[in-house]
Amino acid sequence: MKDDLKDKAKSRELSLIIESSPHIRDKDTTPKIMYRVIISLMPAVATSFYFFRWRAILLILISTASAMITEVLCLMARRRTLKTVLDGSAAITGLLLALTLPPSLPPAMAAIGASVAISLGKQVYGGLGHNIFNPALVGRAFLQAAFPVAMTTWIPPVTLKVDVATYATPLGNLKFQNAIALGTLTPLKDLFWGNVGGCIGETSAAALLIGAIYLILKKTIDWRIPAGIILSLSAFTTVFWLINPDRYAPPLFHLFAGGLIIGAFFMATDMVTSPITRAGIWLYACGIGLIIGVIRLFGGLPEGVMYSILLMNTFVPLFNHYLRPRILGERRPKK
Amino acid sequence: MAEKTRKQEFFKGLWGENPITRQLLGLCSVLAVSNAVINGLAMGLAVTFVLIFSSLIVSLIRKIVPNQVRIASFIVIIATFVTIADRTLAAYFPHLSKAMGPYVPLIVVNCIILGRAEAFASKNKVSRSVIDALGMSGGYFLTILLMGLIRELLGNRTILGYPILGKWFSPWVVMLLPPGAFIMLGLIIAISNVIDFKIKERQKRV
Repeated sequence: MKDDLKDKAKSRELSLIIESSPHIRDKDTTPKIMYRVIISLMPAVATSFYFFRWRAILLILISTASAMITEVLCLMARRRTLKTVLDGSAAITGLLLALTLPPSLPPAMAAIGASVAISLGKQVYGGLGHNIFNPALVGRAFLQAAFPVAMTTWIPPVTLKVDVATYATPLGNLKFQNAIALGTLTPLKDLFWGNVGGCIGETSAAALLIGAIYLILKKTIDWRIPAGIILSLSAFTTVFWLINPDRYAPPLFHLFAGGLIIGAFFMATDMVTSPITRAGIWLYACGIGLIIGVIRLFGGLPEGVMYSILLMNTFVPLFNHYLRPRILGERRPKK
Repeated sequence: MAEKTRKQEFFKGLWGENPITRQLLGLCSVLAVSNAVINGLAMGLAVTFVLIFSSLIVSLIRKIVPNQVRIASFIVIIATFVTIADRTLAAYFPHLSKAMGPYVPLIVVNCIILGRAEAFASKNKVSRSVIDALGMSGGYFLTILLMGLIRELLGNRTILGYPILGKWFSPWVVMLLPPGAFIMLGLIIAISNVIDFKIKERQKRV
């Protein structure tokens, strides 16, 4: 017994701590990151209240609550600890989903969407960190396929004081109502501040950008992803705008219209479903921007942010596998 | 491996070796025609008919068919019964036949039927082959029926055309579309795997 203690004391004197990497750890934890994202979305929530009043708040609350309840039920079914419900990831999914819903959507549909987002978008793959697709966008894609009419009916923001039941979004106006020829293309000022029809959280580019800058400064999101999306979409739309300005909208219009800002800064940057390496990130981001451009200019739908992010999500494991950086000194076998 | 009793031979098709949820065979017809109960019923019956009779004939002639041409002769036998099923359906239920599109003729290349002919009927006695075919087609029938029930109920609020859910329920159009079929089939396979896993765990404990 005594010898044993002596041995221990001795080994403590010469103790060499051996552990595997990582050796330098960041102080960020999952809940910290998640709550930072939620805070960064608050300006967008505030503007959604300003433009769409209690309807928007009701959708946000119901969607978030439904996402968290579904998370609890799934964790119970999988016999996992319920502690992770409070890490904020389910709340973010619910909140982000709500921000991409049309304000006139019945709340029950928002609840179904959030529930599908968590169950089929995240928990079936094994929970946070294992999902292939952005859960909020899975929920939205499901709603779009399940309730196509309700998901494409838009009402004007209360600040516009127009007395109509439905109101086209700027992109819908561009695609279906020949806005350029008629000269009714939504002015950039309205697009930037958000005084237009659209999903409750996507209309105000200004509010979203405030949150986005905060996240970039805190290094919670990688600036390369939105930069790549914005660059590739601008390049694509500029080419067509220069060829025929009577038919194609200017690139700045495309940047501020629809879901581009919320998609590029808050959806595509999801840590789980975006690539790890730099080359992968650039490819992923440029792919998203190009597909958005193709859908908006030539597709049947006015908006393509959701589908292009989901589509590029499928490539992320491929990018992570083939674009691994070389380990120092490693030699690739010659073919 | 011990010889199975006839009862086991029948029930393996319904659960343990269910052609859809265990063997994942013949999925394209299950995905494509399960958007309404009536289509699922018709498809299930057609497959049942073809599977039972082709297994019967294949088993009857198993000793006189040379090994080299067995697949070709199985296909001819199967195609005969598929043609009978397809033409009968077209003659008596033209609407249904149209709604099912090419999926009834496509039973010819359905893996379940050729699979049973090759793996079972060509090696077993007639009575055993028919029991196997009954079990397998039963498994197919029940699965496609379940898919049809859920998809029609959620996608159209009805079952066999009768309204079940009230106006308060807004139908999930996605359930009638291909994504709904994939989601439902995935969930059914997942749930049946969970149940199977639980059963095996319990057996281990005993």
